[in-house]
Amino acid sequence: MSGEPLLSVDGLSTWIGAGDDVVRAVDQVSFEIRKGETFALVGESGCGKSMTALSIMRLLPDGAGIVGGGVHFGGRDLASLPEREMREVRGRRIAMIFQEPATSLNPVLPVGRQVEEVLVRHAGLRGGAARARVQELFESVGIPDAVRRLDEYPFQLSGGLRQRVMIAIALACEPDLLIADEPTTALDVTIQAQVLDLLAELQRRTGMAMLLITHDLAVVAQMSARVAVMYAGQIVESARTRRFLDKPGHPYARMLLRALPGTDARSGRLASIPGAIPDLRQTFAGCRFAPRCDRVVEACRQSTQTLGAVGDGWEVRCSRVEAATVGQGASPAMPAAPATSRSTGGRQSAAPLLDVQGLQVHFPVKRGLLRRTAAMVRAVDGVDLRLEAGTTVALVGESGCGKTTVGKSIVQLIRPTAGRVVFAGTDLCGLDEQRLARLRKGFQMVFQDPFSSLDPRMRVNEILEEGMVALCPEIGAIERSRRIDSLLERVGLGVAAKGRYPHEFSGGQRQRIAIARALAVEPKVLVCDEPTSALDVSVQAQILNLLKDIQEEMGLAYLFITHNLSVVEYLADEVAVMYLGRIVEQGTAREVLSSPVHPYTQALLAAVPRINSSASRQGRLAGDPPSPTAPPVGCHFQPRCPHATDTCRRDYPASRQVSSTHSVHCILDRPRSAG
Amino acid sequence: MNLPFQPVVLWTDGLLFLLVAVVLGFVRWSRHEEHLRAPWRKVARSRGGMIAVTVLVLYAGVALLDSLHYRRALPTDKPGAEVTYAPEVLSVLDTFARPLRDGSERTFSAPFAATAFVKETITRADGTQVRDFPRLRYGGRLLENPDVERVPDIARRALGGLAAGVLLWVTLAGLVTGYVAHRSGETFAEVSAAAWRGEHALPLRAILLTLGGACAVIVPLLVLSAHYHVLGTDKVGQDVFYLTLKSIRTGLVIGTITTLVMLPFALALGIMAGYFGGWVDDVIQYLYTTLSSIPGVLLIAASVLMMQVYMDTHADTFDSITRRADFRLMFLCVILGVTSWTGLCRLLRGETLKLRELDYVQAARAFGVSPWRIMLRHVLPNVLHLVIITTVLGFSALVLAEAVLSYVGVGVDPAMNSFGTMINAARLEMAREPIVWWSLFSAFVFMFVLVLCANLFADAVRDALDPRMREQVSPAAALRRARALAASTRSVA
Repeated sequence: MSGEPLLSVDGLSTWIGAGDDVVRAVDQVSFEIRKGETFALVGESGCGKSMTALSIMRLLPDGAGIVGGGVHFGGRDLASLPEREMREVRGRRIAMIFQEPATSLNPVLPVGRQVEEVLVRHAGLRGGAARARVQELFESVGIPDAVRRLDEYPFQLSGGLRQRVMIAIALACEPDLLIADEPTTALDVTIQAQVLDLLAELQRRTGMAMLLITHDLAVVAQMSARVAVMYAGQIVESARTRRFLDKPGHPYARMLLRALPGTDARSGRLASIPGAIPDLRQTFAGCRFAPRCDRVVEACRQSTQTLGAVGDGWEVRCSRVEAATVGQGASPAMPAAPATSRSTGGRQSAAPLLDVQGLQVHFPVKRGLLRRTAAMVRAVDGVDLRLEAGTTVALVGESGCGKTTVGKSIVQLIRPTAGRVVFAGTDLCGLDEQRLARLRKGFQMVFQDPFSSLDPRMRVNEILEEGMVALCPEIGAIERSRRIDSLLERVGLGVAAKGRYPHEFSGGQRQRIAIARALAVEPKVLVCDEPTSALDVSVQAQILNLLKDIQEEMGLAYLFITHNLSVVEYLADEVAVMYLGRIVEQGTAREVLSSPVHPYTQALLAAVPRINSSASRQGRLAGDPPSPTAPPVGCHFQPRCPHATDTCRRDYPASRQVSSTHSVHCILDRPRSAG
Repeated sequence: MNLPFQPVVLWTDGLLFLLVAVVLGFVRWSRHEEHLRAPWRKVARSRGGMIAVTVLVLYAGVALLDSLHYRRALPTDKPGAEVTYAPEVLSVLDTFARPLRDGSERTFSAPFAATAFVKETITRADGTQVRDFPRLRYGGRLLENPDVERVPDIARRALGGLAAGVLLWVTLAGLVTGYVAHRSGETFAEVSAAAWRGEHALPLRAILLTLGGACAVIVPLLVLSAHYHVLGTDKVGQDVFYLTLKSIRTGLVIGTITTLVMLPFALALGIMAGYFGGWVDDVIQYLYTTLSSIPGVLLIAASVLMMQVYMDTHADTFDSITRRADFRLMFLCVILGVTSWTGLCRLLRGETLKLRELDYVQAARAFGVSPWRIMLRHVLPNVLHLVIITTVLGFSALVLAEAVLSYVGVGVDPAMNSFGTMINAARLEMAREPIVWWSLFSAFVFMFVLVLCANLFADAVRDALDPRMREQVSPAAALRRARALAASTRSVA
């Protein structure tokens, strides 16, 4: 597709703040989008990709402003348009959907009214005509039962439906350009797949252009024709997507692709990018990536790099492109010590380190004046797990399936309603706090969000000390200090970190502190609750490598709770798939991931966007997970299952062994052929 | 030991100085804690906040001078005899303001007047009687002919005072600049030049200008008050300026000690309710809902009356009027504190409910740390900003509450000076013809400045401590500055 570009961004610079603290969030960014094209802007958090989108829409927060460059849209310069005319462009010509569907809708207005508002404002439709159009829009974005949904409030809709409503609002005036800022980041994989499919289909139908902003390279691979990678406020590479994924030019792009976990990297270590993204308040002398680059030469540090054309439509901001692309064929994963045999080692031992039997956690829902229990949320409803020393069991599931509750109730932060959690021969349930405290050093937890898991008012030293003071009073102050030093060295932070506060560290470094804190009491079991989901890809690889190394050194057992299946492929020995409070399939990683039996597992795997294969549309799930307050009769999965039979609708299927290590709760024997 | 005076420590004196010590200790301690130092540094850099602090320091100085109490030794003839002390308890401020205290008139006189406000029958030396405005005992007592000499005399003294004020200001400015230069390691000239251009990191120019303004007003007032009643006299002839100065201490005591009483309730109960939940939460919620459903003024009135009865039946416990008044003041603080902790308590409960679910508290629980220790080490430090913001904001409300309560008649002892009693007394004077406006005026102005400064300071503190209140740069100004900066960097490159 050639011809006049629809949107052309030319040398756009957006700065935030003033004085010494000015953040050069977007620095000389240029790109073009043609009619009907999807262009992806990809980068880690803080690289300026959202700021670019907001600059185009002129929706910048207070204190931020466009300081240079132009945004030309359909022959007009948006940067100098009066605000009144800009309002006409927004919504009508350019529409935007945001990351968080929960906060983008007004909670006190019915969703139909919110779409109508746009029509009234921009299309001049009123009354019945507007309502009919809204219904039409709802149907076109695939909202089932559209007439009823018109009068519902946002809280009555699930996350996926809310995002569909947002898309309906964005499409209401048939814009020429849709800016989608991380449209699926807050959604589960199966819902993400639905929304991405919808966007692609709408684009085919209406012929609008799309600017897709994401951090997920797999989404890029699936959705866009061209891609630009941003780093520290600049575009470092822009190319056709296929070319980019096959043969990235810039060292940053190349390392980013290699940092993605997956089966192919299973035996070795992930290639991680050392360090963290730079602070945009400084003025850069040389290449911004130079401190983290593996092929850096002296010249990189001294002269700024310019975006140079390498081939047709392929530009790279690196003077050593040729050198960088040499040797692409080499195996991306670095060889590591052979450690793959460990997964089968201890399986036959009689007593596992941690044995969870029939674990149940129910929360009462209280209603009315007298706070009577009206219903029970069966967050966890009968979970069995066995964890051997030195192995990793991954607990996989979508949000709300109860996987975090399982983790917390194993560590006894939430007391289980029923069931047994046997750790080293002792049942933890029903122990009083004092006796439990004596055992607590054996099992610890690493939390999801490194920003809320460290007390902002405590120094690193105090944070690491806390557990030892509470659980190992026999350790003296000197020994404690020595142990903290060695832990900090072990997690790669250095002793100098001791006297500093958490806010001085980046997300990845904070997660290292959190891991060190858990390790301080020398636990045998570590429950990791989505430890990398709040981190960028390059940092995620660092943390996964660290966890793997520590496991090999100390023989720890991990219960790894995650929704990210590619992490599972990299790290886990065994996988348990959870759906609505119950485990539906369990087995070794190889069995579950390459020949899944349960339709849910199959759908979950099919929904994950892949970089190296064009996504198959088969096995996509419709609908949303049901509420754990009122689980469906029979098999919990039957309302969404494409193969459900009458038996499924009547009884919950019993566990069935597929092999000695692989069990599944499904009556259907339908192992999909891998591939 | 035969001292010429006997120090007297009243209840509120002790508490006030304890509070000063606590604040100074907190300042010293927070210097070493980066997370505490950073926001306070931000407060120190806000112009409005520092102007307010400058004025508040002046107020606090007056209040502290007024809190050093003593009893004078009575003169004795026989050397070596047992020294007896006067029953009257005086403060250091009283000593400084002795001429004002002693130079009282018979009744009303207008500010800067040399004659009384109302005509009286005067017997002349020759025995004839006329109705005229009698000369004042204190105001303009050195003048031969007030009608002619008064205005030039006032102007001359005011100018002299102004000159002295400027001199004092130069000295003070030099001291402040010198201190800042010493602390920051710059030279005196650098700091003063930066301050002059308004470019110093601290809003030094604003501070120095406020000091200048204060010197230019206060010093001439003080000079003039040696010869005139600068704010007139009240019904019984007391100098209103003196009364206003004495009222400052009352206001500050109410504002600060009440907070001291209220904090333990709010902190302990609020955090416990939020952290434990369950029946503990129910009991505490029931308690504060009940308490806040009783009208505060009625509760205070009932308690004050009860205390009045107690004081009347135990008259021998209080050996002087001052002690009696002081006890009543402290009791008022306690009562205000007991009725005003509910708001902060509710706030802290909500915040603790949120913090309890945060991962770092969960991590501490996973380590088996005891609940009390978690509340002390994890919850308390993380709600401290709320506490500081609420107490600083609450201060001005308490000063106003005192005025209202004294006006209603359940406030401080009638023998104690306060803004409330002054306003209450001025109420009737407003009905006079011609109107007696100066009592109300001076109480109003002094209280207004105090409350305004407390609010400005509270705003600065909240801006610095509240993470949700980020510094709002005006977008247009930020854009202009950013564009200028971009242009300059481009021209350099």
